[in-house]
Amino acid sequence: MSKVAEGSLAASSMVVKAETKNLNFHYGSFHALKSINMPLYEKKVTALIGPSGCGKSTYLRCFNRMHDLYPGNRYDGEIKLYPDNTNLLHAHVDPIEVRMRISMVFQKPNPFPKSIYENVAYGLRVRGERKASIVDEKVEQALRGAALWDEVKHRLKDLAFNLSGGQQQRLCIARALATEPEILLFDEPTSALDPIATASIEELIADLKGKLTILIVTHNMQQAARVSDYTAYMYLGEVIEFDVTDTIFIKPKNKATEDYITGRFG
Amino acid sequence: MPPSSASYIEGLSAVAESVISDRLSRRKTRHLRERFIEFILFSAAAFSVFVTLGIVYVLVSESVVFFRQVSVWDFLTDTQWTPLFDDAHYGIMVLLSGTLVSSGVALAVAVPLGTIIAIYLSEFAPFSVREVAKPLLELLSGVPTVVYGYFALLFVTPLLQALIPGLPGFNLLSAGLVMGIMIIPYVASVSEDAMRAVPMSMREGSYAMGATRFQTATRVVTPAALSGITAAYILGISRAVGETMILAIAAGMQPNLTWNPTEPAATITSFIVQVALGDLPHGSIGYQTIFAAGLTLMLMTLAFNVLGHVLTRRFRQAY
Ligand SMILES: Nc1ncnc2c1ncn2[C@@H]1O[C@H](COP(=O)(O)OP(=O)(O)OP(=O)(O)O)[C@@H](O)[C@H]1O
Ligand SMILES: [Mg+2]
Repeated sequence: MSKVAEGSLAASSMVVKAETKNLNFHYGSFHALKSINMPLYEKKVTALIGPSGCGKSTYLRCFNRMHDLYPGNRYDGEIKLYPDNTNLLHAHVDPIEVRMRISMVFQKPNPFPKSIYENVAYGLRVRGERKASIVDEKVEQALRGAALWDEVKHRLKDLAFNLSGGQQQRLCIARALATEPEILLFDEPTSALDPIATASIEELIADLKGKLTILIVTHNMQQAARVSDYTAYMYLGEVIEFDVTDTIFIKPKNKATEDYITGRFG
Repeated sequence: MPPSSASYIEGLSAVAESVISDRLSRRKTRHLRERFIEFILFSAAAFSVFVTLGIVYVLVSESVVFFRQVSVWDFLTDTQWTPLFDDAHYGIMVLLSGTLVSSGVALAVAVPLGTIIAIYLSEFAPFSVREVAKPLLELLSGVPTVVYGYFALLFVTPLLQALIPGLPGFNLLSAGLVMGIMIIPYVASVSEDAMRAVPMSMREGSYAMGATRFQTATRVVTPAALSGITAAYILGISRAVGETMILAIAAGMQPNLTWNPTEPAATITSFIVQVALGDLPHGSIGYQTIFAAGLTLMLMTLAFNVLGHVLTRRFRQAY
């Protein structure tokens, strides 16, 4: 990506974790994603921005094959996952294997009707992990990683529904972290939260970067500017511009991107 | 203040008053109409409560007459039930054992099968299958119980006799099995409704963690729907305990204190029909027994419902 190399981040240290190649996606007959090409850099945060309905969630949900859950959806093209060079959209690739490597945090916190502990242990349990000592250790590690450990360590057996909204969202992040995913997907993780909870989640994302690759959808321009290294601007199912975040926000090459960033978008 | 302006203000306030009183009166009629509607709704609710209270009153007062002649202790501990003999005994355990054994057999069939069907329909079945299966299940629960009774007596019992040599023509096992089949649609349908009500976002959360369909169904959807599923089981138990026709037809009506499902036995309900159909003189002790038996039945159903509530709350805390 020579285009990216021009940006403010050093090009030398960048490793491509995943690459979208000519991705098209259909909801039945509705063409929701059109010829998307863009990389995802390892241990960096990439933000997807764009007006409502432009296909941000649709694109994000291709990464963990969420669309396989509903009939009538069709992927064309590839998302290559490196270093093993697998096309995770290929029909012969088991979506469960993909989801074992790529975790997701949803817009609204969606804890399971289980204890705090069991929520975080869920991914390990479905992978067949039986050893209590390993599960204990990974649950604690994940809760620490999600900056929730100190708040819940005395009440791990409590029902997760008893946590506040912000705590529930951090619990969902802990749940996603517990299985040590290679990529973490966030779909507007703070849109259901108040400003203080939002700040703590953003801080968390800043801490996580450097540990794993993050792709985040956000409606909040400041949030994209604050947390991400790269930004893609999407419009009507297309990626209009992809670049280093600073470039997108300071001197975007595309007029449409500039209009959206500066709020002149209709 | 010049008089003209005073009269102007007066006039204004008069207009305002008339408008307000106009509004007030309209509000008043609306108020009356709402009171009337409220009254009708309240009467409907009160009517059903009064009918229930009436039934309870009759059961209790007639039972009191019964318990004046038979002690509660004898009623609960006697091992014989011979209210129509000269040497009368009134041990309700005899009938209760029949009810419990047949209900136990029925639940052993209906709970696992009903739950499996619910999980299949809610989490696995394609849309087309569900569209056909759901009304079919509901149709099945509309079959009159007499039909099930004869099905038990004339089809299931001979089948069982081939498997279990020496099985009597009337037995609790056959009646219980068929009763279980009868209850399956209730358990499945109510459980399925509860599972379908679990929000999709919760399932997506589970799938996103790499869970299979089966893991999602059993570890996330089922606990999330647990209160509804428990309600389904309680409904099933109430149906089983109160079922009459199948038992009267296929289980025989002789009182028999037994925990063995392969024996014939009367249940509380089948005894009540038997007595109610016979021509016992009003007010005789034999006639009075059916109220005591009915009261027992009602208390049992009540106990199961309370248990259901407690369990639901307990489970909700525990998972
Ligand atoms: N299940 C579906 N079936 C058909 N069309 C859909 C479906 N889900 C989304 N769409 C359409 O696909 C387009 C992209 O939707 P998507 O949810 O990806 O938008 P988005 O960019 O995430 O918007 P928002 O910011 O509002 O969340 C929209 O036009 C939407 O109407
Ligand atoms: Mg979206």
